[in-house]
Amino acid sequence: MNIQQLLAVHPYLWTLPKAQGQKRAEVLLYGNQVLLESMDDKVLEQIANVAALPGLIGAAMTMPDAHWGYGFPIGGVAAFDAEQGGIISAGGVGFDISCGIRFLRSNLNMHDAVPQLERLADRLFATIPAGVGEEGHIRLTPKELDQVLLAGAQWAVKHGYGSASDLEYVEENGCVSGAVPDNVSELAKKRQHGEMGTLGSGNHYLEVQLVERIYDQTTAHAFGLYEGQLVVSIHCGSRGLGHQIGTDYLVMLAKAANRLGIHLPDRELACAPIKSPEGKQYLGAMNAAINCALANRQILTHLTRETFAEIYPHAALETLFDISHNTCKEETHTVDGKSKRLFVHRKGATRAFAPGHRRLPARYRDVGQPVIIGGSMGTGSYVLVGADTNQAFASCSHGAGRAMSRNQALKHWDGRRLIQELLQQGVLIRTRSMRGAAEEAPGAYKDVDQVATVTEQAGLARRVAFLRPKVCIKG
Amino acid sequence: MSTAYFEHDADIGIIGRGLTIEQSFESAAHATFAIMTDLNAVQPIDAVTIDFDEADVELALVVWLNQILGKARELGMVFSHFYVHRDGDHCHGKILGEKWREDLERGVEVKGATLTMLSVKQVGPIWESRCVVDV
Repeated sequence: MNIQQLLAVHPYLWTLPKAQGQKRAEVLLYGNQVLLESMDDKVLEQIANVAALPGLIGAAMTMPDAHWGYGFPIGGVAAFDAEQGGIISAGGVGFDISCGIRFLRSNLNMHDAVPQLERLADRLFATIPAGVGEEGHIRLTPKELDQVLLAGAQWAVKHGYGSASDLEYVEENGCVSGAVPDNVSELAKKRQHGEMGTLGSGNHYLEVQLVERIYDQTTAHAFGLYEGQLVVSIHCGSRGLGHQIGTDYLVMLAKAANRLGIHLPDRELACAPIKSPEGKQYLGAMNAAINCALANRQILTHLTRETFAEIYPHAALETLFDISHNTCKEETHTVDGKSKRLFVHRKGATRAFAPGHRRLPARYRDVGQPVIIGGSMGTGSYVLVGADTNQAFASCSHGAGRAMSRNQALKHWDGRRLIQELLQQGVLIRTRSMRGAAEEAPGAYKDVDQVATVTEQAGLARRVAFLRPKVCIKG
Repeated sequence: MSTAYFEHDADIGIIGRGLTIEQSFESAAHATFAIMTDLNAVQPIDAVTIDFDEADVELALVVWLNQILGKARELGMVFSHFYVHRDGDHCHGKILGEKWREDLERGVEVKGATLTMLSVKQVGPIWESRCVVDV
C-alpha cells in the first residue's frame, strides 16, 4: 500500500483524507508504517467502499493484520445503526461465518508432556477429521441439525460433548439468539451432513502449544496461564453450512441492494438495511451459522479431551475462552457520549471487551476479555486482553494475516521439505495435504510478533502471553 | 479448453477458458477441483446432474461452481469431468467423479466460489471465466 496518500494520527493509526466531493465516513487504519506498506492497495479501496455504506456510525476501520478480502477487507470493522438505515452485509461477515478459536488451558507442563508428544500428535491426527474429503462421525437428522442451529454449543454439551462449565467461557454462553433455521437453504444444510465435528482445511488448525513467555503476570494469573504450560488452540468455523449461507445471501443481498437503490461499488459488499425483510432474513441465517460454528468447536473440544485422556490419563483441559472473528453482532457502544445499539461487523477481527464489561464471565471481568491472535504453524500465537484504550468498537487483530498469496507460497516451498524443517525446529506437523502445508508456510504470513506488538501499541489490546507451537494438525 | 490461476491475498483466483461460454464454465470447474486433488486420478464412475436458472451470466458461473461444490460435499465425492449447457437463463449440467478414496492426493478444500474478480468475457475467439474461490 502506498502510504503517501494517508495521514498519520499517531504512529499506529492512520486516516485516508477524503477527495473533494467524496461522500463517505472516516477511514481509519491501525498499524505501523511497515505493516501498512506490506498491505495490498485493495485493502484501502475496500475499506473506503465500506465507509460509503448507509448508516455507518463512526469510522470504517482496518486492524493491523488487514489484507485484501471479499468486499470488506479481512481485518475490517464497521458498526451500523439500524435506526439510521444501517445495513447488514454478507461481505462484511465473510464466508466462514463465526470462524474462530477455542482456546484450552491444561494442567500439564510441556516438559512432562514431551515424551508422549509424538504419540499425541498421531492420535489427534487420527481422531480429528481434517482436510478435504474427510468427514465427521456425527450424522444428524434435519430436525437435529435445526436444533444445533438454534442452540449452538449448548446443544453439543447437552448431547455429551463437553461440560456446562465450557459454556461460561464461550461468547454468548455458546448460543446466539435470533437464529432462524428456516432461513438456511436445504443445500446449506445438506453440505453440513458429514461436517459436524470437522476441522476443515486452508488456514484452520488444531495446535498444541507451549506458553513460552508471559508479558502480564496479573492477567495471566486470572487466565490461568503460566510459563511452561501446555495449551491447545482449535481454529475453525461453520464449515460448509456457513459458506453456503454466505454464498446464498451474497447473491440475494446484491439484488436487494440494487432494488433498494444502495450503490455497491463492489458486488461483494452485498447488503440490505438491517430492518428490511432481506436484512432480517440474512441476520437469522447468519446467527444460525454462528451457532453451528460454536457447536462445531465444542465437539472438537470434546474429541481433543478424549484423545488427551488416552495419552495423559490425568490431563484436564479447561476452556479458557472461545472467540469468533467473522461475525456481525448487536452490541451496545457509547458514541459521542450516548449509548447506542449497533450491529458491529468484524470480518477477520476479534471482539476485545475492556475490563468491566458486563458480558464478560465473572472470572475475567476485572482484567478484560481474552483475545487470541493466531499465528502460522512455525512461529507462534499471542494471548492478549481487551483494553480500555480501545476506540475500535472493542475490536482488534485476529491473526498474522497473509503476506504472500497461496500461488506464490506454492512456488517458494515444498510441503514435505517444510514439514521436515519444522520438525527440526521442534514442531510436529500432521497433515494429508503437502500442498496445504506449502501454502501455509510460516514465511507466507506476516510477522505475528509485529502484529501483536502493534496491536498493543495502538491501544487495541495488551499482550499477555506468547505461545510456541509444538504439534499442529492441519487439514 | 484450458485452465489457469491468478493471485489473491488470502485465496486463489481460477480461470477457465474455452471456445464457448459453456466450455469456459467447464474449464473453470476443472480449475477449481484441481486445487483439491490430482484430477487425472479421479475416475468418472458416478454422474450427478445440476440444474438452475440465472439470467446474469457472471452470477451463473458462481452458481454453477457452488452447485458442484455443494454436491461434492453433500455426496462425499470429487468430480473430474464437467459438462454444462445453457439454454436462455437455464443451465443444465452433468458432472462425473467418484467418492473420495484413501489413495487420492489431498490438496486444499475449496469451500466456494465468490463474486470477487468475477468476470465472463470473450478475449478474441476465446471465452474466459474467472473468479476467486475461497479455500
